[in-house]
Amino acid sequence: MYKETDILKESSVEGNLIINIGPQHPSTHGVLHLVVTLNGETIKKVEPHLGYIHRSIEKMCESLSYRQFIYVTSKMDYLSSHINNHGCAMCVEKGLQIEVPPRAQVIRVLMDELTRLSSHQLWWGAMAMDIGALTPFFHAFREREMITSIFEETCGTRLTMNYMVPGGVMADVNTNFQKSVKDFIIHFKNKINEYDELLTGNIIFQNRTKGVGFISKENAISFGCSGPTARGSGVSCDIRKLYPYEVYNQLDFDEILEPGGDCFARYLVRMKEMKQSISIIEQLIDNIPDGDFQAKTKAVLKLPKGEFYSSVESARGEFGVYIVSEGGTTPYRIKFRSPGFSNLSALDFMSREGKIGDLIAIMGSLDLVIPDIDR
Amino acid sequence: MFLKEYIQDIYGAVKSLLIGMRRTGYYFTNHKEIITQQYPDNKATLNLSERFRGEVVMIHDENNEHACTGCTACELACPNATIKIITQFDISPDGKKKKALNKFVYHLDLCTMCNLCIVACPTDAIKMANTFEHSVFDRSKLTKILNNPDSKIRAGIE
Amino acid sequence: MPSLENIANFIHNWLYTTFNATVALLLEFTIVAILVIGLFSVLGLVLIFMERKVSAYMQVRLGPNRVGPKGIFQTVADTLKLMVKEGMTPNNADKFLFNLAPFIVMTAAMLILAPLAFAKNFQIWDINIGVLFVTAISSVSVIGILMAGWASNNKYSLLGAMRSGAQIVSYELSAGLSIITIVVLSESLKISTIIESQANGWWIFKGHIPAIIAFVIFIIAVTAETNRAPFDLAEAESELTAGFHTEYSGMKFALFFLAEYVNIFIVCVIGATLFLGGWMPLHFGTNTTFNEMMDYIPSSLWLFGKTFFLIFVIMWFRWTFPRLRIDQLLNLEWKYLLPISMINLLLATAMAILGWHF
Repeated sequence: MYKETDILKESSVEGNLIINIGPQHPSTHGVLHLVVTLNGETIKKVEPHLGYIHRSIEKMCESLSYRQFIYVTSKMDYLSSHINNHGCAMCVEKGLQIEVPPRAQVIRVLMDELTRLSSHQLWWGAMAMDIGALTPFFHAFREREMITSIFEETCGTRLTMNYMVPGGVMADVNTNFQKSVKDFIIHFKNKINEYDELLTGNIIFQNRTKGVGFISKENAISFGCSGPTARGSGVSCDIRKLYPYEVYNQLDFDEILEPGGDCFARYLVRMKEMKQSISIIEQLIDNIPDGDFQAKTKAVLKLPKGEFYSSVESARGEFGVYIVSEGGTTPYRIKFRSPGFSNLSALDFMSREGKIGDLIAIMGSLDLVIPDIDR
Repeated sequence: MFLKEYIQDIYGAVKSLLIGMRRTGYYFTNHKEIITQQYPDNKATLNLSERFRGEVVMIHDENNEHACTGCTACELACPNATIKIITQFDISPDGKKKKALNKFVYHLDLCTMCNLCIVACPTDAIKMANTFEHSVFDRSKLTKILNNPDSKIRAGIE
Repeated sequence: MPSLENIANFIHNWLYTTFNATVALLLEFTIVAILVIGLFSVLGLVLIFMERKVSAYMQVRLGPNRVGPKGIFQTVADTLKLMVKEGMTPNNADKFLFNLAPFIVMTAAMLILAPLAFAKNFQIWDINIGVLFVTAISSVSVIGILMAGWASNNKYSLLGAMRSGAQIVSYELSAGLSIITIVVLSESLKISTIIESQANGWWIFKGHIPAIIAFVIFIIAVTAETNRAPFDLAEAESELTAGFHTEYSGMKFALFFLAEYVNIFIVCVIGATLFLGGWMPLHFGTNTTFNEMMDYIPSSLWLFGKTFFLIFVIMWFRWTFPRLRIDQLLNLEWKYLLPISMINLLLATAMAILGWHF
């Protein structure tokens, strides 16, 4: 725990400078507060402080019914709200042992992958912006806009969807869902090459990211990293492959592993994941089975007494939902395992002995979403 | 050999930079893909999808009749107490007392557009409207009464 | 034909015939001062608007389009806003230095204007060490930046100022060396002589490969010297919020902002003067009809055309590239640009001695 005396101790070291990056800072992506100990430009220590956007979502969920609490989770990792909702719905289904109809499963996977794409697009723009290139941000948003329009057509909202419900999805897909997704895929396949032209090959970008923020496989595991952060160090941790849910075990896609362990490896993982997501969407978009989009459920859901855990692969890593039920209509206790929190814990380790610019690049490559970390 | 690598480094670096500049240069000269929506100007052509969740409205037909029975299913489904149903007892012609809707109070300022009330409604009396310009000068204006004055429940809705 | 040269001469003669010499000189000073300040404010408005539009189109946006037709008065509106804004001074800042810094940066930018030739025979002060004067004065602005960073009593500002100090001092070397390349070729430090030496062809064409290399290095170095992306480490928005001018607001901030753009303009004028022939029109060999046609375009337009082309290139850099890290920035200078420009200078000297250039 951080105390005021610590800060005095650190600043008394010859030549050390304590600088507060955040909570209001252009590149902390929200309200992350980093207490950085510097020696000149070299980082000696980074201490993330949380709590600026703590909304006690877990406590709030305890007073909401099993249908109601799902919408709150869209406000945690707002960039992959479908996936959050999906994880929660899956956990409730596990408790109630509801079989989700195949059509709903496919729609859920499609939505998940679209969310992953949109999240990675925003990350791409934001990381470029952290490193100092401002143009990619707008280029990324141009494509992201198409995905949010698809979401708007089907789910009615653009960011916080609440589209997944226990037993399936809230409504059937819009009639021109397939057409707009196909249009988007054709458009995006061209644009992803532009992304590479603009940033991936750029010598300045490569110099800024290669060898920066290195974390070894062992350390990535011990920090509990997941998602692209861990896969950038070569840790196989894709929930979609390891514990397949919905229709992921019938799909043909690769888990992207990069051995580099630096910012560039994490960057490449996400860029390649976008291509994998495109391939998943292409496999499914013409094969949405007919049938119900929602299983028949009771009006009031009551989970049996016990503990339930289910996890999904969100755009940032493993998103887990842990529900303790006493048999009532509301959960006794809910715990979310948010990927950003564990990934953030590695920030200090990664950025030590780097420069301030490196710290910003590492934060970009971790793809932090602060409400997800703080909840 | 060292010199060769040195020059190759420089050549590769300059090439990668020029590729990036070609891309931005292309967009500088080609304005086809400009995505800016000039919002207040394009109001007439603004295309919102049918399902867009703007606010909850109650459906009234031409006889000023709605389908709300006052069952409070939406009130129960709402996670943040956005909806408050005030009921009254109507006396039907055959002398029986019947629960009916008096006021459907909707707090737009609390609503998160989760759509759960719409799903919960057994008679499809409410729906999400496409409006999105909700700003007002006084917060109290965000508390709305959704049923029209003097509106009645449509005959046959139980 | 009314040219800037004729107008200047007319005013000069009129002043000296109407008033006695001292008064006339003082009046000329006043006119020049007003013209310089006017040029600065117009340049600030034009360049900021240009930057916004360039960035907007590169970022598939429209850019400012509300104030005036196509948004051309947007920067005027912004300037008005900055003027009426309160110029805050932080509590524990060194108030004297804090308020002085923007003026030093601005004055340094203004001083460089003196030896620049804007049109044929239209120059404030044709000093015989013009190029040396420019390189000497351009290093003064770093004092203003360091002063701003130090006096703000803000850690971000201090870091930004220190970065800027390291950066400007380093990049001055290669900028200077590439300028010397042209001085060697044209055998003069005087701006007007350098321009006249390009009457039969600009140095970038006449000077073969050394001149082209020197030109490229010059552009890179001045981009760094003016703290422009990809070398905008002194501001580094995503790292240091706004670097050395974090604490500035209102008109004091506007002066820094203006000085940045004026500095870009000035270095581009220097680049155009040294490498692209200044106000010299484009001539091709002995093709007289083409050459005559080019001569009809006023010399001031030639200079401004070349300058704005270079400014556009620098803006193009900014809206394409990511930012370098501070150690990479210094690596680039000391390991790449400086050795290359030294060898390049050697080549250019050999070429000048042997008379290989045209």
